[in-house]
Amino acid sequence: MSTTPSNIPILPKLKKESIKTLIAKGLRVDGRKLDEYRKIIIEPNYIPKAEGSALVRIGETIVLVGIKMEVGQPFPDTPDEGVLMVNAEFVPFASPTFEPGPPDENAIELARVIDRSLREIKVIDLEKLAIVPGQKVWIVWVDIYVLNHAGNLLDASSLATMAALMTTKIPKVEVEENEIKIDKTMKEQPLPLNHRVVTVTVGKLDEYLLVDPTDEEELVLDAKLAISVSEDGRIAGMQKMGPGDFTLDEVNKAVELALKSAKSLHGILEEYVSKTS
Amino acid sequence: MTKKNKPKLIREDGLRHDGRRPDELRPIRMEVGVLSNANGSALVEYGRTKVIAAVYGPRELHPRHISLPDRAVIRCRYHMAPFSTEERKNPAPSRREIELSKVIREALEATIFTELYPRATIDVFIEVLQADGGTRTTGITAASLALADAGIPMRDLVAGVAVGKVDGVLVLDIDQVEDEYGEADMPIAMMPSLGKITLLQLNGVLTPEEFREALKLAEKGIREIYKLQREALKKKYVEIKVEE
Amino acid sequence: MASEDKQVKIHVTQRQLVVPGELLAEGEVEVGSPLIYKIDNKYYSSVIGLVDVQENKLNLIPLEGYYFPKVGDLVIGLVIDIGITNWIVDIRAPYKAIMNASDALNRQFNPIQDDLRRYFDIGDYVLAKIALFDRLHNPVLTVKEKGLGKIVSGKIVEIAPSRVPRVIGKRKSMLNMLIEETGCEIVVAQNGRIWINCKDKQFEDILILALKKIELEAHTTGLTDRVRNLIKEEKAKRGLS
Repeated sequence: MSTTPSNIPILPKLKKESIKTLIAKGLRVDGRKLDEYRKIIIEPNYIPKAEGSALVRIGETIVLVGIKMEVGQPFPDTPDEGVLMVNAEFVPFASPTFEPGPPDENAIELARVIDRSLREIKVIDLEKLAIVPGQKVWIVWVDIYVLNHAGNLLDASSLATMAALMTTKIPKVEVEENEIKIDKTMKEQPLPLNHRVVTVTVGKLDEYLLVDPTDEEELVLDAKLAISVSEDGRIAGMQKMGPGDFTLDEVNKAVELALKSAKSLHGILEEYVSKTS
Repeated sequence: MTKKNKPKLIREDGLRHDGRRPDELRPIRMEVGVLSNANGSALVEYGRTKVIAAVYGPRELHPRHISLPDRAVIRCRYHMAPFSTEERKNPAPSRREIELSKVIREALEATIFTELYPRATIDVFIEVLQADGGTRTTGITAASLALADAGIPMRDLVAGVAVGKVDGVLVLDIDQVEDEYGEADMPIAMMPSLGKITLLQLNGVLTPEEFREALKLAEKGIREIYKLQREALKKKYVEIKVEE
Repeated sequence: MASEDKQVKIHVTQRQLVVPGELLAEGEVEVGSPLIYKIDNKYYSSVIGLVDVQENKLNLIPLEGYYFPKVGDLVIGLVIDIGITNWIVDIRAPYKAIMNASDALNRQFNPIQDDLRRYFDIGDYVLAKIALFDRLHNPVLTVKEKGLGKIVSGKIVEIAPSRVPRVIGKRKSMLNMLIEETGCEIVVAQNGRIWINCKDKQFEDILILALKKIELEAHTTGLTDRVRNLIKEEKAKRGLS
């Protein structure tokens, strides 16, 4: 059962008004323009013990993604392919509104949106992850850990996931008769990737569109549209979020805005991650 | 995912695997007021996808702590019956059902005048009885009929349909097979009189041009479905008139 | 600004059945119902109902929905709970109503001596008026006026609250016809509960049939005559006059 949230913090009316007034002038409270992102910092390999990882900051939002690889059974209808599993945890200290417990609908939605953005376009070449075809394959566990919620969790999670995957190394595996030996201290092959995908969240307030909303701005927005874009400019996923609406025209404009922002996000990814290799 | 046994989704003659044209909807059936206890209800079928929606409220509910002081709280449950899918589905809510309950609630919240009922709750229940693709959009179409049947003030009915890309062709109202083996699946719901989109998701890959075309195709389908919704609502009253 | 902007275009006809999102009119129109909403200069219906068009005034009669309380309305409530100084009353609305002991007893209430149950018990029907209702508080009932209070005889018939205006009719035409043809006492409350008190059970049965017919066909025309005919037929069947 999904329930209208009733635990959202109260944003003072004065603040709401000043945010709206600024946006009408094409500005944000922190001085950004409507199509500008906050400062982005990516730290690849933040958790060296994991097979892959990355910490991403967008402004004050912090998301950490860890990649673990385990050997397991393939899905019955794709016996020669590896398995991708995406989970998100909204760690309770990340926001006064987060409660301890199993992932709530927001965490589940975030994980599933990221999962879909990776899956259909085949970011990971799962076909190359079979160990013993039909029996044993690599399972790629993507765990998204939200450490501080200052808005735009989706874009930060998407960037962190991609950065983590780009630095993931597959543990050495030896197959002897029916035994599979894994040596996690020896990580050789990088995870085979076909594409890179980033997600751009476009927020709508009255007739204005903006990217990278802060948590305060999110309280004022009518709705959001998250658009996942591959490095070759294709749309790899979309999710409208929030109780408001978009006209067809606004959707098209949001897509244009997202395609533009995606280009610079891909650039940032390239810059940071190539530094590490 | 490279699935085994992928069937041919577009035939040589350009028609789909079930004989439909790319821009053709499945046969649609709608009936309003099918449950006597609920304040409002509707049964909607898109082809073999069969969904019942029921609405209770507005009503005061305890615990009070979930209520809002200035408007009604919407509670929405999208759920699939265990016998609705090919393999029995565990009745416990899955992550998919949790996500869909959220996006459907948000799609309906955009249309309901919740400010008219502060401190009250409106419950929307959507049960998928038989799943053959497009369950969430069929569900939203049914839910908005149920809300109207319950007399809950709304800006507009919400009509939904899923557009897909199969074998490179954009198609309207995808069924299970097209959803499973296609390249993209885009469910979308709108308030047609106002031209406002309240649900939009894309699972798959589209170029920006394909996306624009898909939106247009969806709008066409939604207008047809909207017409059927209005007829279904009026039918309940018109039939009685004929008796005179 | 050209005066054509303000030109009124009415897209519906009198007593047309409309649904949520249906465009009713454009331009400057007077609106008599909160169920008609406006975007820019366009007016839409928000519910399924019948539209009433009078010159440049639009009204909307909903066909479905709970009773929405209004101060001054006559209601028949059902006591469902008893508090320390009040009763909780179901009035078939989204909100439960409160009836205070001080109002019902018309004197100072002493919780030690006075047992609220002696006045109104759970399951009792009460004829009351809405004294207070706003966005922050549940409706408060009063039974201070003459004729209000606990209902001890007769029968309560429930119909959809949206049909109440039809049971009363224009200038009470339907209600007066029902009283005349059946000889029963009838009190119609705004919240869809009707108190009836008849000479004998047969008239009661006929009246209930008539009320159910009105509920079903509320949106049609010529109803008063058809209901009168129904009552006459039923009386004839039973050998009554």
